[in-house]
Amino acid sequence: MSSITPQEIKAEFLKSKIGIAGIAILSILVFTSIIVVVVIPVETFKEWNNPENWISYPKVAIPVWINLFLNEKIPEHKILNTPNINYDVSGDTSITSHQFGVNFEYNDFPNDFIYEFSAKYSGTPLLQMDVIRPDGIQLKLLSTSLPYSDSNSIHSERIFSTDNSIRKNLYLQSDKFLFSVNNLSTEDIIFSKTENHEPLKGNYIFLIKMYGSNSEDQIPESRLIIGGKAFGIMGTDELRRDLATGLLWGTPLALFIGLVVAIASVIMGLLYGVYAGYRGKKTDETMMRFNDVIYALPALPFLIILSVTISNSIFVMIGFLMIFGWVGVAKVARSMALQIKTRGYVEAANMMGQKDSKIVLRHILPQLLPYAFASIAISVPAAITTEAGLSFLGLGDPSFPTWGQILHDANVYGAAARGLWWWIMPPGVMIAITGLAFVFIGNALDAIVNPKLKR
Amino acid sequence: MTLKRYVATRLITMFGVLMITLLITIALVGSNMDSILKQGVVFQVRSEITENAAIAKSFSSVDEFELFIQTQIEQRIKTLGLDEPWYSPQRIGLTMYKILFLDFGHATFLTSDSGSSDVKEIILEKLPRTILLFTTATIIISVIGIFLGALAGSKAGSILDRITSSFAIISSSFPVWWIGMLMIFVFSFVYHIFPARATPLIPSSDPGYIGSLLYHMTLPLITIVIIGFGSWAYLVRNFIVGIMQEDFIVAKKTMGINQKKIIYTHALKNAAPPIVTILALSLSGSLGGAIITEAVFDWPGMGRLYFEAITVMDLPIIIGATYILTVFFLISIFVADLLYGYFDPRVRTG
Repeated sequence: MSSITPQEIKAEFLKSKIGIAGIAILSILVFTSIIVVVVIPVETFKEWNNPENWISYPKVAIPVWINLFLNEKIPEHKILNTPNINYDVSGDTSITSHQFGVNFEYNDFPNDFIYEFSAKYSGTPLLQMDVIRPDGIQLKLLSTSLPYSDSNSIHSERIFSTDNSIRKNLYLQSDKFLFSVNNLSTEDIIFSKTENHEPLKGNYIFLIKMYGSNSEDQIPESRLIIGGKAFGIMGTDELRRDLATGLLWGTPLALFIGLVVAIASVIMGLLYGVYAGYRGKKTDETMMRFNDVIYALPALPFLIILSVTISNSIFVMIGFLMIFGWVGVAKVARSMALQIKTRGYVEAANMMGQKDSKIVLRHILPQLLPYAFASIAISVPAAITTEAGLSFLGLGDPSFPTWGQILHDANVYGAAARGLWWWIMPPGVMIAITGLAFVFIGNALDAIVNPKLKR
Repeated sequence: MTLKRYVATRLITMFGVLMITLLITIALVGSNMDSILKQGVVFQVRSEITENAAIAKSFSSVDEFELFIQTQIEQRIKTLGLDEPWYSPQRIGLTMYKILFLDFGHATFLTSDSGSSDVKEIILEKLPRTILLFTTATIIISVIGIFLGALAGSKAGSILDRITSSFAIISSSFPVWWIGMLMIFVFSFVYHIFPARATPLIPSSDPGYIGSLLYHMTLPLITIVIIGFGSWAYLVRNFIVGIMQEDFIVAKKTMGINQKKIIYTHALKNAAPPIVTILALSLSGSLGGAIITEAVFDWPGMGRLYFEAITVMDLPIIIGATYILTVFFLISIFVADLLYGYFDPRVRTG
């Protein structure tokens, strides 16, 4: 092994195309991670397993961009949070009206619609819900009084499209339609053309009015959800979770797991191997026997037993992965140290009476640095795939949305059998891309450390 | 160091590792194992006594009867040696001695296809299937890998070399089980070519069983081969590239010996020691990796058995399977070591 200066490594590395490609992918991933950590609040991923948090999202919705490639547009799931608010007082009654505009340009009916609100009132205000369709027809959906309250209290409610009074009201207006609306669900009627049962495209306005007897009555929270079959950039899963959030959070997690395991195990292996090689004799013999023992342990079965019996916390798992990671590095580091030890300057330093620790740290370790960087880069993908594999088996930390965890859920809910490709493809591709970035970097470094491979 | 002594030290190390593995496994699952065994004893004693109506009649009160059962249970636990904690030397010694000679006891939940709950029988039933799938895959992978690698290595820098190298790098970053999921998705559900579950539906006594098993094996086999052969080819390629630069090969070239002959007789021969060693290692390494792959494809082998045992915490099977996996792993490491020592005498002198 000839010694290479850091400048030479840098110059050589910049010449290698795949090395640059690796660095480029890695920087994109790191950039994404930083953005994710800064922009997406930590609460989102803590709420990953809380169904309450995902209630207004659709079940197994396809990504929205799929509509760009389809002639028959799949209805998007829309969550409308910002209505146009008008407020009017005439005499004793106050009228609060909320308007939601829905641009409906799809070739299929929505799944359902839900109006969520919480109203602040006293007395028994009247809540009215109408829809104005693109063809000008106004359909009355609902007219109901809110529960009586003496004092100024807050009342929260969800009105579903399956509500019986909405259905009844629509049947009463069935003369506007030229076909029979019996047995059709409410959303199928509201969004239908009048002449035949096909979706009517255009702008719909949902009008919600509250007639109260008190001038302070208002609706502080108001939200209309038009249930569709497509949502978000990455779609959603069976538990209504937004896969984009999970995939994005997976990036910093994967990088964290991979880098911590790789760096820690390479450092451990390096120190262990170099010390054994430098001391030689009995120390070397004992240390290498111990190394053999760890090397001969079957890693995956042990990782599985450890995660089942001790803990499946992600941090404990990182520790377990390190136990099996340092062994190979230690072997190579030892044989390199054996060679370097015989060099003149090491022997000279030894004769001058320098301390062992100093010789190891000052003269031997720096020589191994290029090799160390190459092995860090090469061990990162292994750590990431192992963690993903364990998570896939259901032995990972369920509180973190790692890519393996997402794939585990996909497998549990039979995503492959149901054709939910957007649930299976992206996590695996992300694992592969991350792995690839490090393999590229590792290969470029390897070619510099072992020039024989290049030619 | 002579070859004999080399073999002897290796053997002793391997045996030591085997013992340590066993000890760690028992230590990890021991306390759970203990309570399960005790529950088993309580259940057994109770059912034995209640089945015999004559015993129950001879007692005047319920309390007396309960007391009798309790003392019976305690006696039984004492005779079985369960009154001592699981970490007492006698019990660990006994457990390890039993396991060493493949006496794993009875499984708590899982059974073999023929209905036996003897762990040894269950493992003996599953093991051949795992060996069938993974050994076949490894052999196919190594054959393709060696030829492709030799070809790519002899023409370093050519298009073929570049394609092989980049395929190797890219394929190695995909997890096998994920590719497995995609393969199932494409070949079982989009095009109905192969079955999604690799477990044959007909019983193993049926004469068509072997054929059905082989048909069910195709999809996992293809997946493992696709993911595996790239890195093999890359490995062989790197050895060949290194050897092709050696003086004796260059000399042969200048003598005008034909390129093919140089690669397949001289270069491959020199690359043989590491290749054979890696082959030995990967044969057993594939067994360990089988756990996830078999879980995805639902292949009825050791890996799936292990996974099922973990999910229901069937401890005798976990211990038995870990032991068998370790033994295989150690044997192949041992063989690889021996081969390496045999081919490359420098190793022996340490």
